[in-house]
Amino acid sequence: MATLKELSQIPEKLTGGHRLCAGCGATIAVRQILMGTKKPVVVGSATGCLEVSTTIYPYSAWKTPFIHNAFENVASTMSGVETAYNAMKKKGKIKEEIKFVAFGGDGGTYDIGLQALSGMLERRHNVLYVCYNNEAYMNTGIQRSGATPFGADTTTAPKGKVKTGKEQIRKDLTSIVAAHHVPYAAQSTIFYWKDMVAKAEKAFEANGPTFINVLAPCFRGWRYPAEKTLEISKLAVETGFWPMIEVENGVWRFTYKPSTRKPIAEFLKAQKRFEHLFEDKNKHMIDKIQQQTDEHWAYLERLTSVTCAGEKPQA
Amino acid sequence: MSKILPLTGDHAASESMRQINPDVVAAYPITPATEIVMSFSQIVANGLADTEMVPVESEHSAMSACVGASASGVRTMTATSSQGLALMWEVLYIAAGMRLPIIMHCVNRALSAPINIHGDHSDGMGARDTGWIQIYCENAQEVYEMGIFAVRVAEHKDIMLPVMVNQDGFITSHAIEGVKMFEDADVKKFVGEYVPNMPLLDVKNPVTFGPIDLQDYYFEHKFQQAQAMRDSKKRIVELFAEFNKFSGKKYELVEQYKMEDAEIAILALSSTCGTTRVVVNELREKGIKAGMIKIRVFRPFPMDEVAAACKNLKALAVLDRADTCSGEGGAVFGDVCTAIYNLNEKKVPAINYVYGLGGRDIDEAQIKNIFNELVDIAKTGQVKTVLNYSGVRI
Repeated sequence: MATLKELSQIPEKLTGGHRLCAGCGATIAVRQILMGTKKPVVVGSATGCLEVSTTIYPYSAWKTPFIHNAFENVASTMSGVETAYNAMKKKGKIKEEIKFVAFGGDGGTYDIGLQALSGMLERRHNVLYVCYNNEAYMNTGIQRSGATPFGADTTTAPKGKVKTGKEQIRKDLTSIVAAHHVPYAAQSTIFYWKDMVAKAEKAFEANGPTFINVLAPCFRGWRYPAEKTLEISKLAVETGFWPMIEVENGVWRFTYKPSTRKPIAEFLKAQKRFEHLFEDKNKHMIDKIQQQTDEHWAYLERLTSVTCAGEKPQA
Repeated sequence: MSKILPLTGDHAASESMRQINPDVVAAYPITPATEIVMSFSQIVANGLADTEMVPVESEHSAMSACVGASASGVRTMTATSSQGLALMWEVLYIAAGMRLPIIMHCVNRALSAPINIHGDHSDGMGARDTGWIQIYCENAQEVYEMGIFAVRVAEHKDIMLPVMVNQDGFITSHAIEGVKMFEDADVKKFVGEYVPNMPLLDVKNPVTFGPIDLQDYYFEHKFQQAQAMRDSKKRIVELFAEFNKFSGKKYELVEQYKMEDAEIAILALSSTCGTTRVVVNELREKGIKAGMIKIRVFRPFPMDEVAAACKNLKALAVLDRADTCSGEGGAVFGDVCTAIYNLNEKKVPAINYVYGLGGRDIDEAQIKNIFNELVDIAKTGQVKTVLNYSGVRI
């Protein structure tokens, strides 16, 4: 694992001048992930904020080969790219080792791109898939997705006189990916740069498909001041809203665990997407979210304990 | 001496693929194209081609993987039918818009609903505006030859568009014919090595593929794409000349059968042309000046060639094996009328027949009836109904 100073000297693969928002979590996630390999890397992106803001023709912010195809198919597109690489390598037309990474938002990954992702994992393509998860369709204007948490206010599951935002819990995509028995799957978030880069390094070096689910706060959609992106990212982990886990060859472990988890309300109150939950009539929902968070945490604890196979369970 | 092998249309396609030996094939099974995917997988399993297969989980992913592979700079092929082509729809436009020379065998089959697995052109005709070059084949021999020819068309540096090689589901795809094969080495030489321009995998010279293209550039790029399709006609004619020299065939964009002095003619695509040719021969024996026009290359549309073929006719029937459901019949008819209206001083009376949907047989009797109607129109100059249906219980 490189030091911060060493990381700062790695040439940027996503250069400045792109049109993503100041305070965008996705951009930070992409830069941290790309610091995870020193080998040449080919980037694929699903349609979304990242793609539309970094490739406005005739400009491109990418200093590395980049391909965008459509919304739901970055995993299949990169399957084709990686297969072409194997074909060329077999024929001796390419000698060097190249790494492949696919970026998709939560809409393009949890929802419309889930089938393509599952196919890519099952076929064992050597591609790292990174979901930059901002918990809604932000590019089209904050619509609910399968990653949107219970109670969040979005434009297609809005709060109203009789509704209180999203009525369902979010999908546990990391577990779904892990069920493909891939060599490496993880969750992380951008405040923990060291954790992010370490996980990216592991994922890039694994032999087979890998996956990192990165919580990438979006100040426009979550409605907090733009300069608070990293603080929100940290709060998500400290409250247990976003557990820092990894699944390496079937072994689940926490890569970081807060000594005591802060109440979930601290994470919720920092964002206006949950503002309505603090009205008297909705306060029971906060308790419900706390309960959901605790239950999921306990589930992960059980998983880490039963899969550790001789490893010492992490503190 | 080249061999003659007993092959179905599907196996003719996979044999051409074996000889081409593409770098990547991404495909998904669907009747009646499954046999192509199956037999080519077996070819690879037996080491007769060293293609990398991507056995995808859907046709949408098949075309998406083809886009990724082709953009990477390798020769890429696939095969599908009907619902599979429909599921690919979104990515068909992207493959063409990104100017990727992907080759697809499309075994034409009816679209749902109601579900039907048999041959008609509703899949291919629906995809006529996706920006793919479309070739329609009459029999397994043509499927084999056009499969090979398509590589040169798609990869021509002035074309760079994907090519769809169409054949009729079951009628061609599952019927065994004697197919005259080229030698492996000759095919290898004819298709040559694919040399990509600015491939994605050139990591030292990074290129951004699929950028967002707004009001100030999109139109120019679409114009260039449309221009490439327009210009491709001339290049395809040149490539036919080269292919004909290679194969001893006389392929053109449009085939004319007994059209030199024809007064009435049927214009059709694919396997129906075989049946029509038989009827033309019979009518000729009776002294009726009948002929047939077969469109081989439907996209780019051979406007001049179609108009020229129709120039001296007294009556024309255009056969469509798909209904646009526009209320006005088939797509081929519309395009043929555009050619005649734009280019011919004398507008031949033309009628449209929609036929054979969902694999309904088209037989000699139906073709004869259509010619009989053309005889009447030629005599009177009067068209009773422009849009007609053949072989349907109304």
